[in-house]
Amino acid sequence: MTNFAQNFKQQNFEKEIMKKVSKTLKTVALLFILCFSLQGFASSDKDQNPAVDTKEEVDAYILHHIKDAHDFHLFSYTASNGERNHIGFPLPVIVWTNNGLATFMSSAFHHDDEGEVVVERNGSRLVKLHSKIYELEAGASKVELDEANHATNAHKVLDFSITKSVMGILFVGLFMLIVFSALARQYTNKKVPTGFGRVLEPLVIYVRDEIALPNIGEKKYRKFTGYLLTVFFFIWILNLLGLTPFGFNVTGQLAVTAALAIFTLVIYTVSGNKDYWMHMLWMPGVPVLIRPVLAIIELAGAFIIKPFSLLVRLFANISAGHIVVMSLIAIMFTLKKSLGVVGATGLSLVLAFFITLIEVLVAFLQAYIFTMLSALFIGMAVAEHDHDHAHDVKGHDVPDAEDVRGDFI
Amino acid sequence: MEVLLNDFSPGLFVVQTILLLGLILLLVKFAWKPILNSLNERESGILDALASAEKARADIQNLQADNEKMLQVARTEREAMLKEAREIKDKMISDSKELAKVEGDKMLKQAQAAIESEKKAAVADIKNQVAELSVAIAEKVIKEELSSNEKQLKLVDSMLSDIKLN
Repeated sequence: MTNFAQNFKQQNFEKEIMKKVSKTLKTVALLFILCFSLQGFASSDKDQNPAVDTKEEVDAYILHHIKDAHDFHLFSYTASNGERNHIGFPLPVIVWTNNGLATFMSSAFHHDDEGEVVVERNGSRLVKLHSKIYELEAGASKVELDEANHATNAHKVLDFSITKSVMGILFVGLFMLIVFSALARQYTNKKVPTGFGRVLEPLVIYVRDEIALPNIGEKKYRKFTGYLLTVFFFIWILNLLGLTPFGFNVTGQLAVTAALAIFTLVIYTVSGNKDYWMHMLWMPGVPVLIRPVLAIIELAGAFIIKPFSLLVRLFANISAGHIVVMSLIAIMFTLKKSLGVVGATGLSLVLAFFITLIEVLVAFLQAYIFTMLSALFIGMAVAEHDHDHAHDVKGHDVPDAEDVRGDFI
Repeated sequence: MEVLLNDFSPGLFVVQTILLLGLILLLVKFAWKPILNSLNERESGILDALASAEKARADIQNLQADNEKMLQVARTEREAMLKEAREIKDKMISDSKELAKVEGDKMLKQAQAAIESEKKAAVADIKNQVAELSVAIAEKVIKEELSSNEKQLKLVDSMLSDIKLN
């Protein structure tokens, strides 16, 4: 009997081990396939993008990194036989050319960024020049550049590619959908979330209580909280993602920050109430002659300055952060001669470490500022200025919370 | 500025706009709305619970005060009752004392009166008996005195001698 039990136990144990082994094998196989595919992509390209050593190369590399990319590039190395290999994977290119839609994988460009490799699709000749895809004019077989490095015989195409930034956006969007809908589902059967939800819940409450509620006001904050929460987490996670070695620079793309700012602009323009338009177009309480001047200033403020400040602040902060971190890392090469290998590397590590810490703070801060200002602008648009005031005995207005908030705005 | 404009990718802008719009709509529907609703629900639940706890505490305090008051009332009532009982007792005792005294006095008087009347009767009886005895003695004496003629004559003589003819 005991023998049988032992046997049984052993069998179970073996089964367990088998399961684990098969799982591990699967993972290893997946990694293997992935590596091979990366390698496959990598090994086809040689002698493009040489090693980055000099100051000019560092500058070019940083500027290149700040831009969007059509490949997902992880790292490069020089093999023992002197070949330069790049590890990463291609991303789909979707462009609207003169001859219609053209789609292909970015590996067709073979890592070329100087407009040398010409890809022919649907009768259009496409080249990639400084992270942009150009279509050559009819008859041209090679891109020609003027002194300022502008293409003279090619024009930019409308590029809907799944670039690195789009991938980052998709990744973060998917991540947010998964974790926050999981948090939402948790509430169906328990009052207090557990696990990761316990981390997310205070953040959601923070955005609601510290950003949406005080800036928009008790009455109307609920309608805009969804947008503010989405934008806050979107920017924050993308900012943090930008600090990882994957090198996403999504919130450092003007197009992305512009889209975000225009969302805020549309929201506060659409939801602006009568008072808001009244104060903007025909300011009460000032001489009539000054009103049109004020209206011009107010209109410029609402439609140009506010969204512009939003989009430039986020773009500039994140881009600057990337540039500074990468420049500090580049100290390793640029100051190697004057400080020696150990000195340059040490200095670079220490400085890069502290700047990265600050960047973690900036990542949150910029998300907070963008969301806060969006909430503030929305709050200004929906604020009620001329509501019934409470009067005290002598007939003076008694300031209530709404008035104080109005003054503050 | 020119570099910035050159870097601006209209395609990325369009893609970002579409993706962000989709993300906002999906998140609002599947995440923010249920999350915020349940947060609000929970917060109002907590507020309600706090309020009801406060109310329960106030109720208990009221109850305790009521109890205290009732206890106080009962205590004073008991004291009053005790006092009353004591008074009644004292009164009863004094009353019965009074009554007993009056009754005793009455009985004493009656007894005295009875004794007095008994005494009077006895004295009267004694008087009667003395009178009768004296009469009987006198009778006997007289009978003795007058038992013979001689004696009768002697008596007459003595009497006659007493009576002096004036």
